Amino acid sequence: MKIVVAIKQVPARDSLLKVNGEGTWIEDADLAYEINEPDAYALEAGLQLREKEGGEVVVICVGPDRATQTIREALAKGADRAIHIETYEETVGDPLALARVLAAALSEESPDLVLTGLQSDDLGFGQTGVILAEVMGLPHGTLIMNIEVSEGGITVKRELEDGWFQNVEIPLPALLTVQSGATKLRYATLMGIKRAKTKEVKQLDISDLQTESEPTIAVSRIYLPEKSKKSVVFDGPARESAAKLVEKLRFEARVI
Amino acid sequence: MSGVLAVLELAVGGSGELKLHKMALEALAAAKRIGAELGLPVSAAVVGSGVGPVAAAVAQYSVEKVFAVDHALLAAYTPDGYSIALKQLVAATGAKYVVFPHTYQVRDFAPKLATSMGQVLASDVVGLRVEDGALVLVRQLFQGKINADLRFPGDGPHFVSVQAGAFRADGLEAGAAPVEAFTPELSAAQIRTKPLELFRESSRAVDLTAADIIVSVGRGIREAENIGVVQELADALGAELAASRPICDNGWLPMERQVGSSGQTVAPKMYVAVGISGAIQHLVGMKGSKVVVAINKDPEAPIFEVADYGIVGDLFEVVPALVAELKK
Ligand SMILES: Cc1cc2nc3c(=O)[nH]c(=O)nc-3n(C[C@H](O)[C@H](O)[C@H](O)COP(=O)(O)OP(=O)(O)OC[C@H]3O[C@@H](n4cnc5c(N)ncnc54)[C@H](O)[C@@H]3O)c2cc1C
Repeated sequence: MKIVVAIKQVPARDSLLKVNGEGTWIEDADLAYEINEPDAYALEAGLQLREKEGGEVVVICVGPDRATQTIREALAKGADRAIHIETYEETVGDPLALARVLAAALSEESPDLVLTGLQSDDLGFGQTGVILAEVMGLPHGTLIMNIEVSEGGITVKRELEDGWFQNVEIPLPALLTVQSGATKLRYATLMGIKRAKTKEVKQLDISDLQTESEPTIAVSRIYLPEKSKKSVVFDGPARESAAKLVEKLRFEARVI
Repeated sequence: MSGVLAVLELAVGGSGELKLHKMALEALAAAKRIGAELGLPVSAAVVGSGVGPVAAAVAQYSVEKVFAVDHALLAAYTPDGYSIALKQLVAATGAKYVVFPHTYQVRDFAPKLATSMGQVLASDVVGLRVEDGALVLVRQLFQGKINADLRFPGDGPHFVSVQAGAFRADGLEAGAAPVEAFTPELSAAQIRTKPLELFRESSRAVDLTAADIIVSVGRGIREAENIGVVQELADALGAELAASRPICDNGWLPMERQVGSSGQTVAPKMYVAVGISGAIQHLVGMKGSKVVVAINKDPEAPIFEVADYGIVGDLFEVVPALVAELKK
């Protein structure tokens, strides 16, 4: 089974974010980056499937030069090879344009299964996978918790609202967007890290894959949300803050 | 029509009848806002099999028309069936704006529908306004830490899904709209996926909804061994312990203690969020609480936006200090 996993590099969780002077993106000079968390689960699902079914896991990543680090980590965890589509801007803000680039890069791969995270922790459109499925003409499933290979296709477990789940049968080739947390993530072994250095990373240039099409969605400005709720916040030494809070809860809110 | 079309999601009620999803009317409220701001007529649509009664119920609101998109192959939800049917409806009505609630189902098919019409869905929108005659939509980046203003440069149709709680349905006016049946052209061969039965997993032995006070712990706790730190606070307050999703995914607390869109929805007298960032999927499960207290080291964490009281600081210092103070 040939499995492609689309991964993205995003600012590390818990980064303190500042908007840049032009309001176009965040100040990125001092940020640390890591793999988008749902994509890490997509990669894990791909690796587990290969262990069961055999085949190959190819990671594909659109991003600037720094994304090389995230690609190397994916190879160290066990991906067989990688495709890196280099960009010269911090982010591609149009998920349809991005999906078309991914589809163009995958045109010669004909994968059996394409996996993505269900959303990115930065832009959070939650759509790239579904759009890519439509662009590639593949059936899809979202919020996937489990994948079993069955007669003529796969049976996946989808998460629904309010604690419900549903199994869905999907023929291959197909695309799935993977939910976080359903399995444990593996760490790269020392051996894996060593091996990663010899694995193939195919470099493509985004300008060779982009199609001339007008964007249908555009971000005009980004900014910190205004605080609309007046909350009483203490930020002094812990003991002082604790005393003040307990007093408020006792005598103002009267909840204790 | 060339107006605004609100697609109202359906759910199955206790006795198997179709009813509106709890967020459906919020999408109608958002559609009415867009219609009012741009001077466009607003219609609604429901999709499924046997949707007549629920379409008639929607017709009690002040809308131009209600489209009952009905087909036997739409009885069970599939992304193929829904996007093929709605593409035909959007084309037939010439709708300029199509508005959905940002539910799991909409996440599953609306990006596909938009793509099939060469468009991008503006997903999970929290606000909107009109500037120079053009619609500006607000959505959140970085799990609510940053906002972005969005525009549609092209001619449309434009697709929008709105976040739970962002638009209030209680101001919707009553009316008497005509219901129009719409039968999409659909064949079984076009539907590639086969949905099987629905099921639940967690036993729900713990009923968090009965608790007066809930202390809820998030990923700020760092490891399972530290859960005791917040357990002590829960004990000192006589509270139930709950958690954000990653804590339950990791098995540090059982699933049945998860609060949020995929866990329980709670509204206690006091909800204390410890080391929880305040992602929307968590907020929808607790923002009805009477008093919300947040403890977080990041002063910009979105949880403070719903908090009445907060402490900015390291939970490993703040929580023991609180316990000591409560025991005084
Ligand atoms: C479809 C879907 C459904 C979901 N359903 C749910 C759901 O039902 N419930 C749910 O909770 N989530 C749900 N999620 C996940 C949700 O999006 C968030 O990822 C999750 O809520 C984050 O949990 P958290 O706040 O504990 O972790 P994080 O977002 O990692 O936040 C940790 C917080 O701890 C703070 N912190 C770190 N160290 C300290 C310290 N020493 N002292 C004080 N503060 C500290 C940080 O500043 C940060 O704000 C769902 C997601 C999706 C896509």
